[in-house]
Amino acid sequence: MVAADDLNIDVENGELVGIVGANGSGKTTFLNLITGYLKPESGRILVMGQDTTDLAPRELAKRGVARSFQIPQLYTNMTVLEGVLLSLAATAGESSNFWRPLHRDPWEPEAWEILNRFGLESYANRPVSELPEGGRKLLDIALSFALKPTLLVMDEPTSGVSIEDKFQVMDTLIAVLREGDITTIFVEHDMDVVQRYGKRVLVFDTGRVVADGEPESVLAQPEVRRAVLGHE
Amino acid sequence: MTHWMDWRALPRAGVVAAALLILVPPFLPGWILFVLTKAMFMFIAVMGVSVLLRGGLLTFGHALYYATGAYAVGFCIKWLGVRELLFLIPLGALAGFIMAALVGIVMARYREVFFAMLNLAFSMMLFGALLKLYWITGGTDGLAIGTATLAGIALPGDSYGYYYFALTMVGIVTLVVYRFMASPAGYFLRAMYDNEIRIEYSGVAVRQVVYRTYLLAGTLGGVAGVLAAFTIGHIVPEDAFWIQSGEFVFVALLGVFGGVPGPMLGALVFEFLQTYASKYFPLAWQMMMGIIMLLIILFQPGGLWAIYQRIEARITGKDRGGDHH
Repeated sequence: MVAADDLNIDVENGELVGIVGANGSGKTTFLNLITGYLKPESGRILVMGQDTTDLAPRELAKRGVARSFQIPQLYTNMTVLEGVLLSLAATAGESSNFWRPLHRDPWEPEAWEILNRFGLESYANRPVSELPEGGRKLLDIALSFALKPTLLVMDEPTSGVSIEDKFQVMDTLIAVLREGDITTIFVEHDMDVVQRYGKRVLVFDTGRVVADGEPESVLAQPEVRRAVLGHE
Repeated sequence: MTHWMDWRALPRAGVVAAALLILVPPFLPGWILFVLTKAMFMFIAVMGVSVLLRGGLLTFGHALYYATGAYAVGFCIKWLGVRELLFLIPLGALAGFIMAALVGIVMARYREVFFAMLNLAFSMMLFGALLKLYWITGGTDGLAIGTATLAGIALPGDSYGYYYFALTMVGIVTLVVYRFMASPAGYFLRAMYDNEIRIEYSGVAVRQVVYRTYLLAGTLGGVAGVLAAFTIGHIVPEDAFWIQSGEFVFVALLGVFGGVPGPMLGALVFEFLQTYASKYFPLAWQMMMGIIMLLIILFQPGGLWAIYQRIEARITGKDRGGDHH
């Protein structure tokens, strides 16, 4: 089975691109390719003009590519604040510092500011395990945001979030990302979310991009609705 | 949540215990001083096991580093006649560090049971070498160590001076481990227990996290070996044997492996338990230790330190929030 085939996608700096498609259409495979989790059999992946095809996730992170996950990848035995501090320490290249404390300036105020932006400040000193699902999603993205990426890739940022909370989560996210002028690619099952927040949408079907354009026009196409929703 | 590496989390009892360890020994009989000194080097070795456990890395081969430190002393005495602690402690630390730097290249690739058993394999390889290379190591007879000197002054292993030197080393190790665990490197170690994927996607190599922790653990093992050599006065291949490694894990679990006070409590209780168990049950003391371990795991998985925390919480009416897993 070919999970991603003949993909030729250009994303501009600062662009916000939504990806939709039915289950098994290749969306997450595409994300895994550009974040180094999978390697393509052929072709190249360029980030800011540099070939990143063969780079591992940690090398990509150093080059400004960060990602969040469908199932949030968090440090569950730490506090919310400590998780963000770790991202900041990694960005500063001090992950191997074994003498100076993690809780210190300038990281601590910066971490608080990030948590403020994501609306998580009230949870700062609480264990990650106490966060509600929406908060876990936001923290997963906040950990990536703290890496100061130029490209942020989000895999279903609202999956598992209640219908009432999903727009609030997305509003928070989009505001932060716009402020940071971060190029963003996100996979989303929820058509409402893509329509409301994406400036451009890619539609995947059997590993290929079958439509590319502004959400309103693309999602109105009957063949797209058939591919994504299974009906027109 | 209070963190165990936070200085504020050091309980009043910890300060009292430190004061007792400093002030009381001159009034104690010699045999207790010897047991206390043994607890000091046991604590230092166990701290190595304990920091590794903090990242979810269980080792059944830490005696490799302990024996490396001990035999570094043995060879120095045998070939150079050097007994100076100010030279031998850094040498033991360096020997442990170098051994860990070499073995760690392999170990950083493994986790869980493979990590535990490969460590065991390396320590047993050293045991075998120490046993067979008898013309160098003395074989099963081992090497006599004799008396250390500190700045040229003789310091017998059962003397008060030696005890205070060991206690000073405990203080230094405590400071180093506290600093390490409060640093980004220490937090990434804890993070490894949680989520290796997130670490890699943060631009940090998990293998490096394992490797540098392994270096620290190996160095501590080396220092413990030097102190042990002079305390006991004799080194044997069994210092690298799996039973020795098992004792380190035993003490780490007895205290509670997460923090500094736990292993200290564990080391003290272990040494006294061993002394009394071997006195009253000379043929079954190991069985007694096994039963105690079983009871701890079944009824008190947080170790002795958790018992202390519960008592303290009951007295003060405050819950510190245990930090162990």
